[in-house]
Amino acid sequence: MSTETIKKSAYRVCETTGLNIFKKAEFFTKANAVLAVIFLLIGGIAALTLALTRWSNVMLLDDVWYYRMITLHGTNMLVFWIIFFEMAILYFASTTLLNTEVFSKALGYISLVLMSVGAIMTNYIILDGQADVMLTSYPPLQAHPLFYLGIILFAVGALVVCFNFFATLYKAKKNKTYEGSMPLVTFGATTAAIIAVVALLHGAAALIPTYFWSMGWAEMMDPGAYRLLWWGLGHHSQQINVAAMVSVWYFIATLSTGAKPLNETVCRGAFILYILFINLAAAHHLLVDPGLSSEWKIWNTSYAMYLAVLASMIHGYTVPASMEVAMRRKGYNKGIFGWFAKLPWKDPGFSAVALSAIIFGFIGGITGVTLGTEQINIMAHNTLRIPGHFHATVVGGTSLAFMGLCYYLVPLIFQKDFYLKKLARIQPWLFGGGIVIMSFGMSFAGTYGVPRRLYDSDFSGANLETGFDSIAHIFLGVLGVGGVIAFTGLLLFIGLIVAAVFFGPSLKGKRMPTWQSEREQKMTDELISKGYEVEGEDYHAKTPGTIGLVIIFLLSFAIYYFANWAALTDLWHIG
Amino acid sequence: MSIFHPKGNWFRYPTGAERLWVGLALAWCLVMSITMPWWHFQGKQNAPQNSYTVEVSDFVGKAFEFAETNKVGEINGVPVAEVEPGGDGYLLGSMWRWYPILKLKKDQTYRIHVSSSDLQHGLSILPINMNIHVLPGYDHVMTITPTTSGEFSIVCNEFCGIGHHTMTGRIIVEE
Ligand code: HEM
Ligand SMILES: [Cu+2]
Ligand SMILES: [Cu+2]
Repeated sequence: MSTETIKKSAYRVCETTGLNIFKKAEFFTKANAVLAVIFLLIGGIAALTLALTRWSNVMLLDDVWYYRMITLHGTNMLVFWIIFFEMAILYFASTTLLNTEVFSKALGYISLVLMSVGAIMTNYIILDGQADVMLTSYPPLQAHPLFYLGIILFAVGALVVCFNFFATLYKAKKNKTYEGSMPLVTFGATTAAIIAVVALLHGAAALIPTYFWSMGWAEMMDPGAYRLLWWGLGHHSQQINVAAMVSVWYFIATLSTGAKPLNETVCRGAFILYILFINLAAAHHLLVDPGLSSEWKIWNTSYAMYLAVLASMIHGYTVPASMEVAMRRKGYNKGIFGWFAKLPWKDPGFSAVALSAIIFGFIGGITGVTLGTEQINIMAHNTLRIPGHFHATVVGGTSLAFMGLCYYLVPLIFQKDFYLKKLARIQPWLFGGGIVIMSFGMSFAGTYGVPRRLYDSDFSGANLETGFDSIAHIFLGVLGVGGVIAFTGLLLFIGLIVAAVFFGPSLKGKRMPTWQSEREQKMTDELISKGYEVEGEDYHAKTPGTIGLVIIFLLSFAIYYFANWAALTDLWHIG
Repeated sequence: MSIFHPKGNWFRYPTGAERLWVGLALAWCLVMSITMPWWHFQGKQNAPQNSYTVEVSDFVGKAFEFAETNKVGEINGVPVAEVEPGGDGYLLGSMWRWYPILKLKKDQTYRIHVSSSDLQHGLSILPINMNIHVLPGYDHVMTITPTTSGEFSIVCNEFCGIGHHTMTGRIIVEE
């Protein structure tokens, strides 16, 4: 069934890409994206207060509100912002890219209601002071039942979206709305959705019994077992984020530079590695836990994680390599890195994605694999090195990539233009730069042993006094400054998006205004329109610049990794 | 194009620069996969390998008994207990203190049993920055050999309620 037989009113043709945008799916993409940004704002305000509290010379909040805000920040950011946005991506990737309408409108509404009610419930109960348990809610700490119920409802809603997604894929395949294999971006989104189902089932296994316990209907779950199950949710969710982020990288690489995956087999194979090998690696959150054997820890970390690491390292090459090939085709052939300087840095969608790849790879990836080593984890567990790591993955990586996507989503789906484009151009740098500074501050303070989730780094009032080196406090100041810069970037992002979506000039029936020069845009369009007609030609193209970049990456990785082993030898002997 | 479906048969083995990189990346992953188990056998710093399930009340009883019988002093009301070289010591985390203060000798090996009487806690020895997780109902046994002497602090690095940032303890290591 081709689109000809679908009612003309069911979709519109995108003026910029020529793709068909289906009305129902478009509504759900918009609704989920708007909700995502609302929760990003709540999480962002909490973030500012946290950064200003950890900055030990400022200490904005009191202890009660610090612990409350950290719970609020963690849940709104890691759960509500990220997952709502991923739902928007699932709707888009399964409909427009496969040329079909979403499977069920009713399911779409049901999931929206479940997720919104869940998110509001959890936010309410946290702010009401009845759930100061952190995002992880480790028993025996107990929250008000509504805290767990809210997250459960939200998760069920997300599962419904995943079901709707798979049903849409099935429908498209059955109706032959596209030929051959699905596009790479949809393939990546499918990877994310499959991992999401696994993650959410683990979450149900951890949180439903805990909800029963909070209601007094059941015994408390064993704290060790809870951690194992909870991280089945927590860790796998990060793989959803990685798969979704990489899909966005590929998507923006195509739209902004005209890049085309060099080798579909390699790109898709790497996504499959995520599904096959990442799911056992929740071990790296439990490396210094009692109750688990060393064999189990080591096997689950290295066997499973390193093949998934391989997958990310592959994407880290294929994405920039495809851009290098596209740029060289446009004639930017000067030297090894000439093409790199000529990339469309003025396009905030592009610069966000480029920064996302750099921050995710060079900071998030390297620190993550290193800290997730069983022995090195002894020097890192629950210190600020951990948030230092994941603010470079899920914030500087995933969240920044999602922000970049919004610079395309707003003109293409909401059909609105931005105001203040100069500010939009610096927004990714402000946010990304702030996050990098904050992450450095956290990581270095963490090497002095400064804990995460700690109100007072001077331990005032403790019976046995203790404290940290003054250099550690300087790094806490760096954390604070970086946090304020990142918050400014986040607020600017929300301001630009809200102004455009609600008050921006309409782009109905118009092409998306280019972020680049007209000449650049024309070359990009030309590459995109050629699409697969030149399949095979690029295949043997040389990518010396990208090889240079990834070799620098590998060297940095090895240096950081072995430096940590060297530092480990200074510790007392332990076993 | 990542947004269009690829035409025809797109299966291809990687060649050229791409193959080089996949090979290098795989080799690096293997290096890391070998380093970790290698250190497990050869290295001196590994995550504690012994832990047992215990009744919370049993562990609390043992910790108090240990503190009583080995008491050699008191600091700010907290007993200082000396552990026999090669022997077993107990360290109890509870809201919000580490009990008792342990007295050890440099370069001697000890089995220190760590657990919690209430919530989850994080044992963090400063300034050397060694951290392990502590769960109620689990006796987590650290086999440690202090290689430096002096006074070391213990803090808690897992959130355990409003007094979390006042939960401290101490280890004294003599030459
Ligand atoms: C303006 C941007 C942001 C700033 C300034 C910021 C700052 C912070 C700070 C200061 C902490 C507390 C560290 C501690 O005391 O232990 C924190 C924790 C955390 N942040 Fe962010 N953050 C930002 C954005 C995000 C985003 C976008 C996400 C997720 C997508 C995120 C996820 C988390 C998580 C999961 C925690 C840990 C909470 C916990 O320990 O339970 N952050 N952040
Ligand atoms: Cu993980
Ligand atoms: Cu604590």
